[in-house]
Amino acid sequence: MNINKVEEGIFKVLMKTSTLLVLVSLFLIIYSILQKGLPSLSWAMITQTPKGGFFLGKGGGILNAIVGSLYLAGGSTILGLFISLPVALYLNVYRTKTSQFADFTRLCLDVLWGIPSIVYGAFGFAIMLLIGLKASLLAGIITLTLMVIPIMVRAMDEVIMTVPKGLIDASYSLGATKIETSIKVVSKQVLPGILTAVLISFGRSIGDAASVLFTSGFTDRIPTSLMQPAANLPLAIFFQLSTPIPEVQDRAYASALVLTVIILLISILSRIATKKFTKHKSLV
Amino acid sequence: MKGLTYFSIALLFLILIGLIYKSVPILKETSFGNLFFSTEWQPLKMKFGLLPFIISTLYVTIVAVVISVPLCLLTAIYLSEYADKRVIAFVNPLIDILAGIPSVIFGIWGIIEVVPLVRDYIAPAFGTTSSGYTILTGGIVLSIMIFPIIIHVLLEVFETIPEDLKNASLSVGATKWQTVKLVILRKAAPGVISAIVLGLSRAFGETLAVLMVVGNVIMIPISPLDPGYPITALIANNYGEMMSIPLYDSALMLASLILFVIVLVFNFISRRILKNIERKIA
Repeated sequence: MNINKVEEGIFKVLMKTSTLLVLVSLFLIIYSILQKGLPSLSWAMITQTPKGGFFLGKGGGILNAIVGSLYLAGGSTILGLFISLPVALYLNVYRTKTSQFADFTRLCLDVLWGIPSIVYGAFGFAIMLLIGLKASLLAGIITLTLMVIPIMVRAMDEVIMTVPKGLIDASYSLGATKIETSIKVVSKQVLPGILTAVLISFGRSIGDAASVLFTSGFTDRIPTSLMQPAANLPLAIFFQLSTPIPEVQDRAYASALVLTVIILLISILSRIATKKFTKHKSLV
Repeated sequence: MKGLTYFSIALLFLILIGLIYKSVPILKETSFGNLFFSTEWQPLKMKFGLLPFIISTLYVTIVAVVISVPLCLLTAIYLSEYADKRVIAFVNPLIDILAGIPSVIFGIWGIIEVVPLVRDYIAPAFGTTSSGYTILTGGIVLSIMIFPIIIHVLLEVFETIPEDLKNASLSVGATKWQTVKLVILRKAAPGVISAIVLGLSRAFGETLAVLMVVGNVIMIPISPLDPGYPITALIANNYGEMMSIPLYDSALMLASLILFVIVLVFNFISRRILKNIERKIA
């Protein structure tokens, strides 16, 4: 029997097993969250803020964390978009694709993407002290914005790169300025791509805890101003799980289920957006 | 537009400067040896030995990479060379979903499934007892967290291998597996290393998931079944009290600086390698 064939056969089995293992790990995670979270999930949990003694097993829910997370993620995504879109356009429309400056910027952004969120948290905390800001919704949003800028710029950049040069040239030849071309032609062309970038960074910032640990504070109330502290889901899960009381731990599992569902929804939405984008590209 | 672009580059240097600025007080007060080669962590006595934390971080990361890399390599080779389109169309979105799962969810999963696994099966199998909150537990959870980034980069690297090269190998009589082993993997070696380094730096900086399962005991872990206390967990666990003890905040900022610099160097090198591979193809 041919030894090469045997070796290939063995490795084929190993490769399939590995792929299966990678997928199974995802299903295991989702399954165990569902199994542990579903029984303790209740309507009250997602519609009420914590009542007195919540962390001792008394009534209430995690509405404060849900709303806080949406504020934090929404705020940082909107702020991030206003900073990232111009950068992504500048890299592509103002600077040609082969420019060294653009390459260096992309390298810096890729490196920033890899920086751990706890480092952003520590840096955000240092800035907070510097400008005399207390742990608040605003400080959390600023820190998360710094974290999502590289993600957004690179995601949009990848999409803008695919805009045909002919389209941009055609816009110029009709007398449009670079600004007009950026906003009216390029941005419009890559709108679904921008949506994907927005969803990716929303998902990233809603699930991140390490960066807001120092900066956003934690409270049982829903914040009514930017200067108030804000709770968020990952930290709510973490704090509830840290208590020794089983009922509170059960609620941590239910909260984890809420967060997982939000993340999965975002995943599906961004997939739909990407599909739509691919359709547009084939038309050009 | 120009200003914002410069701002985004400057951010990298601002973080570096900010963290250095905050770390200066402790570097002035304490000797290098007492910081990096001491195991004494007693903030009240102004002793900030970071060694147990550094070792724990390295240990967890290495365990994660050792588990993750073979699985990722096999998966990526399968997806890029063997699997048919339907399989790829099924698997890719799932890997993307895995990439989006928040750290805290991995942590919770670690507590639900991996901790009991280590406590009830793995530790007894090696003849010891363990709480289940160990370096190994952290490594297992982390290894799954870094699947997506390693597989994603590997797939991109394999895509850059020219089709002609594979065909040439096949046409001289090599089997598909020989082509993979002797041509593709050899040609892709720098890219494979970059992928591993990127995964490694992701594991290095992971906070909540590790913090939840690794035990957080200040000691130098010897066996993978010992608990540990990684740098990220140190920073996250002590933010509350750090302002009340002198130099404490500076010590934690120094810990962040260490993380930042290591991840920065790792990322910079591997991104440069990947960029060069891309350029060669284009």
